[in-house]
Amino acid sequence: MMRRVLIALLAGVPFGAGLAHSGMSDPARVRAFLDLFGGAWDPTLAFVMGGAILPMAVAWRIHRRLDSPLADTSFVLPATTGITRSLVGGSVLFGIGWGIAGLCPGPAIADLVIAPVPAAIFVAAMLGGMILHRLLPARPVKRPNLENSHV
Amino acid sequence: MNWTGAMPLAGLTGGLLIGLAGAIMLLGLGRIAGVSGMVARATGIAPGGTLWPIASAFILGLPLGALLMALTVGPVTTRFPTSIAALVLGGLIVGFGTRMGSGCTSGHGVCGLSRLSPRSIAATASFMAAGFATVAAMRALGVTL
Repeated sequence: MMRRVLIALLAGVPFGAGLAHSGMSDPARVRAFLDLFGGAWDPTLAFVMGGAILPMAVAWRIHRRLDSPLADTSFVLPATTGITRSLVGGSVLFGIGWGIAGLCPGPAIADLVIAPVPAAIFVAAMLGGMILHRLLPARPVKRPNLENSHV
Repeated sequence: MNWTGAMPLAGLTGGLLIGLAGAIMLLGLGRIAGVSGMVARATGIAPGGTLWPIASAFILGLPLGALLMALTVGPVTTRFPTSIAALVLGGLIVGFGTRMGSGCTSGHGVCGLSRLSPRSIAATASFMAAGFATVAAMRALGVTL
């Protein structure tokens, strides 16, 4: 376990360094990227996304040749198919919050050491939102579909 | 476009570091480096099981990495909204939405897109579109932070 914890830390550090270096941890820059109609669109984040996808694309190719990860017993990966209402609805909500504050989860946490007060306010609210989601029933109760009952 | 204020090279190098981190998580531990999921597991909001120490170490690495960057390369610019309401409202929606949508910019946007996962492509298109629309709507309504 100790070795796996160290590997996770070893991954978290370049992740946080990358967020800080790329401008992703600067809410105003993120909002400038999302601001298509302000006349001063900032393309930096497109480079961040591109730069991050490159090594990951290589990693996915290597993944295909591995039976198990190098330091663990098996790959535990999410499903790739099944576009559900909660996937799209949740992502839309996330995008709205991202647009309002200019922050997504990674940069907000990395910023806890750079701008502790506003970052902590955002992170506390974010945890509140996560808890709220947890408290809601996992699946809405299905009601009989009366609209289609005549078919 | 605002190429004078843009930092394509820093963006690209920073992005490469983020992707490297994702590659370490995938090839080393067989996991997706998705921050929202890791936060939920590290805090116990989502059941983490044996993943708890791993998720916590990964999350701890984020501020450590940012601090390291600030100490070595130079000051890290962070221009936060001055409105506390924007931080609270944004945070609440981001927290709720990322759990409901099973991921955020890192899990869907970086790890999922590079995997060509249809779910992540749909999620990324959704949050990007919503982000663009939100900022456009705020601009149209004259909301400043």
